[in-house]
Amino acid sequence: MKKLILTTAALALSAGMAMADTVRMGTEGAYPPWNFINDAGEIDGFERELGDELCKRANLECEWVKNDWDSIIPNLVSGNYDVIIAGMSITDERDEVIDFTQNYTPPDPSAYVATSDDVDVANGVVAAQTGTIQAAYIAESGATLVEFASPEETIAAVRNGEADAVLADKSFLAPIADEDADLRFVAEDVPLGGGVGIGVRESDGDLKEKLNTAIQSMKDDGSLNELITKWEVSSTF
Amino acid sequence: MHWSFYLSFFKVLLLLAVTAPVALSFGFVGAMAARSHIPPVSWLGKAYIAIVRGVPDIAFFMFFVIALDQAFEWTRHKILCPDWTDPIRQGNDFIVCQSAKLPLSTAPEWVHETYGFFLAVITFSIVFGAFAANVLFGGMRAVPHAQLETAEAYGMTRRQTFWRILVPQMWVYALPGLSNLWMVLIKATPLLFLLGIEDIVYWARELGGTKTSKFTQYPHGDWRMWYFLALLIFYLGMTRASELGLEKLMRRLSHGQATSGGELLRKETTA
Amino acid sequence: MSCIQTIQDYGLRSIGVGERLLPRNDFTLCEQFTLIGSGMIWNIYFGIMALATGFFLATAVAMGKASTNKWLRKPSEWFIFIFRGSPLFIQFFFAYFFFLSLKKSYPMFDALTSAWLGALIVLFLNTAAYSGEIFYGALRSIPKGDIEAADAYGMSGWSRFRRIVWPTMLRLAWPAYTNEAIFLFHATTLVFFSAFPAWQQRGDALYYASYFADKTFNPFIPYPILAFYFILLTLVIVGVFGLVNKRLNRHLPAARKAKIRFRLNLAR
Repeated sequence: MKKLILTTAALALSAGMAMADTVRMGTEGAYPPWNFINDAGEIDGFERELGDELCKRANLECEWVKNDWDSIIPNLVSGNYDVIIAGMSITDERDEVIDFTQNYTPPDPSAYVATSDDVDVANGVVAAQTGTIQAAYIAESGATLVEFASPEETIAAVRNGEADAVLADKSFLAPIADEDADLRFVAEDVPLGGGVGIGVRESDGDLKEKLNTAIQSMKDDGSLNELITKWEVSSTF
Repeated sequence: MHWSFYLSFFKVLLLLAVTAPVALSFGFVGAMAARSHIPPVSWLGKAYIAIVRGVPDIAFFMFFVIALDQAFEWTRHKILCPDWTDPIRQGNDFIVCQSAKLPLSTAPEWVHETYGFFLAVITFSIVFGAFAANVLFGGMRAVPHAQLETAEAYGMTRRQTFWRILVPQMWVYALPGLSNLWMVLIKATPLLFLLGIEDIVYWARELGGTKTSKFTQYPHGDWRMWYFLALLIFYLGMTRASELGLEKLMRRLSHGQATSGGELLRKETTA
Repeated sequence: MSCIQTIQDYGLRSIGVGERLLPRNDFTLCEQFTLIGSGMIWNIYFGIMALATGFFLATAVAMGKASTNKWLRKPSEWFIFIFRGSPLFIQFFFAYFFFLSLKKSYPMFDALTSAWLGALIVLFLNTAAYSGEIFYGALRSIPKGDIEAADAYGMSGWSRFRRIVWPTMLRLAWPAYTNEAIFLFHATTLVFFSAFPAWQQRGDALYYASYFADKTFNPFIPYPILAFYFILLTLVIVGVFGLVNKRLNRHLPAARKAKIRFRLNLAR
């Protein structure tokens, strides 16, 4: 008898939950202001706010998941979460494996940060995070590429003199360069990538459409620009 | 936020506590297979031991979690959705029917985390099971042959000899190897973050890294060296505690055994 | 591009010879095999160098731990405890950050933060501690009779050590030492994976394996290739150490040799 009650309860529970469409959102949590862990230990940042708003507009139940940058795409295609929303620039290479929604920030420059102005970014030693478009760019330029696993370590490398400069998204570098008197922007900005979009599985056409519509509606009513300005992640549309 | 860091210490301890017995049972099965008189089973057991030991554990950690996850989901898919016609592999995507998802996409976050933890335990157990199998295999061979012959003379079957004579006696021979393995297991836990678990290394990197005042109330510079020093001390403490515990266990197991350790104990008590 | 061409271009990529850019798309199996194999150069370099240098320190530490002099024994014991008692992974991290701060105050330590030296030092100390403990165990199990016989022949000090104690110690320790060597080679994969950065995309086998896993988004090809290389390497180590073992035991009757081989079971 007891067992019976339990089963019905479980059934009722699962039926109730199946109504709402749960979408799991994968992010890195180490790339402020895009996404980071706040003092309360929760995922916070531009993409947290954006993602929550998109889910509301698309009528999706959303849940946040953290995943290392290195394995963020393999885990998406094997279905451990449903979208990547982690400041991921739209590139051809990635587009071959996953699909992207329309971009939610315009293509934005990457910038060099160094400890002194007379650094030669074309031939010197430049740090970048492994597997980013910046790393690919440096590998092709004449500079010596040093790769680090996390964005944090690339900055540390410049501070320690391990690398002459670091190349990363300008919005990521800006607050760091502001705060640290030793660090400054050098050389010209480099335009890279096709803006930042949400990554989805290629077979997930429905979800992609829903998110596209939601992003479009945020672009149309200007709320996306507001968010971008609030978090200072990039230029606006 | 800091308590996530403290919590991760318990995660490591919990993983150790769960993995040790599971790995030991993997090892036991592996050793039994390697000893088997049926050649294919024995080859399988020996191949398991040799391959896993010949490869750096990190190479397994890099892809086992995804592999295991896909293997489980594939099996469930085949059982739960027999009339599903779409292919599972569509290009790069790995797609199973909704009800075959592990955990179900409707499950709350803690289920996902527990499942991730479970996958980590299995991965660790497969790797360390091979080491344990190797140690146990050696332990089984170290039991004096006369003991087994005597059992046979008493008319015990092979099965009886195995369970009543061999298994109880092999532990004392296997223990030095197993304690060693325990130490190795402790020291492999910093690689947990590879398996998608937010362990102490993850939090040490996260918390120790430079924080700008824009995103936190407690900005600080690069403190990672100190965080890692703390981890170093934590691990040294674990090792010391294990050493003491294992020494005690060894004394107990050696009691009354026909080994030099047992002999030493006997002399101590009679002297 | 034919496979031979690929091998010419990328066979020595890990030490900076050949094509500068790594393959970017249309990855072939040949490219994966070549580059990951090229990375093995670093694993072998770290392994051999650390073993060769660590061997001497290990002998010294083992003698120190077995010594009756407190000033020799205590430091040896602590050295072994610290390096055996903590994960190599954490040691790498800590060492890297430590070297960084050293470098800040004294520029002469510049080379320490690059992997070829800094990581080698950590591996050297680490293997010295592990082998030291193995040698110490062997020292303690040298048959009393051997030493007494040496005394009876009037040997003492250096000559007794060189002709009796040391060879016997090696002979007893060799199976466990073989294991240590295998594990050390495995441990070399941690170098670029922990804290030490890879320069100009010159890394070890694991670095290239994860590069491919990253680019192809498919971990199921590069890591098994890596595993394949390491199984080969392990077989070579077992073979070479087996030859040495044979030589160390050449005076023993066949039956006892077999007995010694068995102890290969002790994991690190």
